[in-house]
Amino acid sequence: MKILVPLKRVIDPYAKVKPLGDGSGLDLSGIKFDINPFDEIAVEEAVRMKEKDGSHEIIVVSIGTSDSEEQLRKALAIGADRAILIETEHIYDSLGIAHELEAVVRAESPDLVLMGKQATDDDNNQAGQMLAARLGWPQATFASKVEAAGTRLQVTRETDSGEEVLELPLPSLVTADLRLNEPRYIALPGIIKARSKPLEKRPASVMSSPKTRTVRYDAPPARAAGRKVSSVDELVAALQEKGAL
Amino acid sequence: MSKLLLITFDGGAEGHQLAGFAQKLGLPFDVLCISGEAPTEIGAARVLNAGLAEVPPADALAEGLKSLVAGYSHIAGLSNMRSKDVLARLAGLIEAGMVTDVIGLQSPTSFTRPMVAGSVIATVEVLAEPVILTVRPAGFPADPVSGSSPVESVTLAASGQAQRISVTARGGARPDLSQARVVVSGGRPLGDAETFERVIGGFADALGGAAGATRAAVDSGIAANELQVGQTGKIVAPELYIAAGISGSTQHMAGIKDSKLIVAINKDPDAPIFEFADLGLVGDLFEVIPEIRAKLSV
Repeated sequence: MKILVPLKRVIDPYAKVKPLGDGSGLDLSGIKFDINPFDEIAVEEAVRMKEKDGSHEIIVVSIGTSDSEEQLRKALAIGADRAILIETEHIYDSLGIAHELEAVVRAESPDLVLMGKQATDDDNNQAGQMLAARLGWPQATFASKVEAAGTRLQVTRETDSGEEVLELPLPSLVTADLRLNEPRYIALPGIIKARSKPLEKRPASVMSSPKTRTVRYDAPPARAAGRKVSSVDELVAALQEKGAL
Repeated sequence: MSKLLLITFDGGAEGHQLAGFAQKLGLPFDVLCISGEAPTEIGAARVLNAGLAEVPPADALAEGLKSLVAGYSHIAGLSNMRSKDVLARLAGLIEAGMVTDVIGLQSPTSFTRPMVAGSVIATVEVLAEPVILTVRPAGFPADPVSGSSPVESVTLAASGQAQRISVTARGGARPDLSQARVVVSGGRPLGDAETFERVIGGFADALGGAAGATRAAVDSGIAANELQVGQTGKIVAPELYIAAGISGSTQHMAGIKDSKLIVAINKDPDAPIFEFADLGLVGDLFEVIPEIRAKLSV
């Protein structure tokens, strides 16, 4: 099976991020970048599938400037076989990313696209579903378990009220939720091996005009300062006074 | 002409939660009800009732929705996992832009939404219609509506490749987390699943509310996945949010910011949650919660 894992370079998910004073963007001074954590889970899942059944090939792809090479190398260190960087400075919305990835999928013909459910910078949760729609492939989002059975996949996915199991024919697209797996610690031999794995750069081929654009970035309104109460009596009285019970 | 279509998956309650957004947007609107009871009293021009026995998987449903959403400039559903699953796929099918997690609007082409775990509020401009939106209802209180809307049956032809094998709904009789009036949440200090259920679940039941948990509590197996509140879990906006043994990570706070009243109970006086909480009590949750229940006789 050929598995394609799209991944995004994002702001370190544990960094404190603030907008610039004039609202024109995010203050990125001193901020590190990493693979979007949900995409890293997708890479890990693909590598585990390969470890079970050596016949798989894993291709990772990212869209952006050459800065994203760092994240692609990390995915190669986890165990992906080769990487593609769609090198561009074009500004995309999620639909534009889906268009660009659609072109890669058509060129590479994978059996499965496995990617994060959302990127932790934009928090959009759109690109995977849009890509599946463009391809006409079935989808399973918010996956917490993926099992391959011949030419079909059984995916356990999280829902608003619990979980459900979907069976999908291949090719299909799966987006990874937090509990699909815990990505491995990358040991030095993996990092060294990753340096010699192929990383191919291709120009963007679609570059569609965005249909939405973020025009301003503001800090969220601060909550009014609260107060500490010193006893349960005081807490219960305050709750009753506010009519909260 | 600009016109809004609200989409409800499971019936009336979703329609009522979306009514305030429709009013604020100010466009004429219809509501399409996929399954369950049709919301006839939210001021829609027409209620389109597909009347399916169950909500199909996303590939089939998005395909079926394609023809029904034609002619609308705005298509909106509640911000939850199902909407994101189905409506983002619909956006891909009809080549529409999409804004997820809308919390405010300046005009029918300018919306605000949180990003980076709620650390930043982005203003998103819509450059081409139609646009698909998922809406967090907390920012859009509804004015009362009189009269009811005419209901029309519509045919939603849903066939796709994904097959649903099984569904597991958890949570029993408790209200849905994202709709509950009261939410009681616990963190890792609860220790184990049995204690979590007894202390947090018991307190939630006593208040007629839902139980929630931190990512750490879910990760360590103390609470079920669907109870996770935060950036990558549920977004809640209850009248009362009680956080017991929760330190207050950015990711958790991103899920509870819209709560009317946040109460924090924590042993550590320096826990960051006290900076956000409207009412904070420094104390051991295992002593404080029984004491509150005794005072309230619940």
